[in-house]
Amino acid sequence: MTTMLEVTGLTTRYGSISALRDATLTVGSGEVVGLIGPNGAGKTTLLNTVAGLLAPATGRVTFDGSDVTTLSPEKRVTAGMALVPEHRRIFVDMTVEENLKVGSVTRSASERAADLDEMAELFPVLREKWSTAAGYLSGGEAQQLAIARGLMSRPKLLMLDEPSLGLAPVLVDVVFELLDSLRAAGRTLLVVEQNATRMLEVADRAYVLRSGEVVGEGTGDELAARDDLFATFVGDGAGGGAEPS
Amino acid sequence: MIELLQNLIDGLGRGSIYALLALGVAVVFGVMHLLNFAHGELITVGGYATFAFFSQFTGGSWWLAAPIIVVAAIVASLIIERVAFSRVRGASDFTLLLTSFGVHFVVSAIFLLYVSASVKTFPRPGWVTNTWSIGSLTIEVFDTVVIVTTLVVLAGTAWLLQRTMFGLSLRAAAADFSTAQLMGVRSDAVIRGAFALSGLLAGIAGIFWLMRAGSITPSGGIDPMLKGVLAALIGGLGSLRGAVLGGFVLGLAEVLLRSRLPDGIANLTEGVVFLLIALLFIFRPQGLITVAHAERV
Repeated sequence: MTTMLEVTGLTTRYGSISALRDATLTVGSGEVVGLIGPNGAGKTTLLNTVAGLLAPATGRVTFDGSDVTTLSPEKRVTAGMALVPEHRRIFVDMTVEENLKVGSVTRSASERAADLDEMAELFPVLREKWSTAAGYLSGGEAQQLAIARGLMSRPKLLMLDEPSLGLAPVLVDVVFELLDSLRAAGRTLLVVEQNATRMLEVADRAYVLRSGEVVGEGTGDELAARDDLFATFVGDGAGGGAEPS
Repeated sequence: MIELLQNLIDGLGRGSIYALLALGVAVVFGVMHLLNFAHGELITVGGYATFAFFSQFTGGSWWLAAPIIVVAAIVASLIIERVAFSRVRGASDFTLLLTSFGVHFVVSAIFLLYVSASVKTFPRPGWVTNTWSIGSLTIEVFDTVVIVTTLVVLAGTAWLLQRTMFGLSLRAAAADFSTAQLMGVRSDAVIRGAFALSGLLAGIAGIFWLMRAGSITPSGGIDPMLKGVLAALIGGLGSLRGAVLGGFVLGLAEVLLRSRLPDGIANLTEGVVFLLIALLFIFRPQGLITVAHAERV
């Protein structure tokens, strides 16, 4: 398996506070990797640094064989990375179709047309609301739109930040089914989730973060066997719908 | 009744120009959070370009002057972005505001030093004062041309914003800049595009502003800047529809007040307009149209 993403010794600071300290992880091509841990563990900071929204103080991000540490977020999208951000961040004043089009801004008009058709097929809920302003979507619909929008750039690596956050249990199921189908389609995913138990069911491996540091790594079974980590990731994650700090 | 109708048409004519100016202000505010107090300098630049054109070609045509004004405004807008605003991207709103004041003073000073402090005049087109009548209604040919042109330009802008990838990128960036970047929207391209569009709109507004004025001074940008910024504020900063609406409201308010206020205080129209705007902001500080803003980078 070739390495898609390699993060080495990444430290990101807000002022004098290190939200992420010396984080090292890899994601192989076709792998589904989870990032779990309590609020404030640095999971979102890690994804935002990998996506280029935050500049690291030290460390390196290598993507698909090239060093992208200093690239702008938009150039990383062109390189094949996409992040579905925390709280979805869909463009509420734009229609579902327009949101999807923005997601494909790096691609050609003909590719865009084909991908719009594909998303309409993959997400029947969105097809019904195609010309509706995204602000009128329910939480579950909005999350599906956010994920579909992320897929529109045809990313080699799709990163998702808390995709089940704030959703009703039945919709959490929908999101995890979606993750499972993306995984079955051979996509490479890096997913931040509070809902550790559910995440470990779909992930090949997961990294556990605590207080800005990577404190563990392994498959679901391996992590479950580690008593020292158990409280870290199951403690907060069981609720799934908890609000972030 | 006839007088009211007359006022409405006059107000729409005036408001059209304000709407174009305000839309330019709103487009730039959207992507950069910059309230551009140097927006009027685009008209100043257009004005001196017009002066230069007519002093080179005595008896030259406004058909040639018009595209020159538009190109001058677009180029000036892009140069100002490159020289000044690109350096303060992402800075605090206050820094951006001060920078735009700085640009205003520098551009005025350049014309003051290198051209002249005195008024420079150029011929106004003959038809500016022509009128035509329906019954007892007298309509200026100028207002008619302004209103029709503005409607065409607004329709074109709406098409651009809704049907092109540049337009979608611009709206996405205005709604949430960092998320737009995460989608691959190039920040340089979208910001420069916004300044170019802003220059285009200011240029078209400038054609009419200058046709009617027939002159330019180094501080000639202040008045159009005030109208554009005020109209954008009235409409609700960040809302493009609001900016257009604000322009028409401001134009109508000015014309209606001027014709309705008693003779003694008709000269105070501007003051009364400001008073009304202050009242509006007391009751609706967000302007006529409310926009949800995401955090900006």
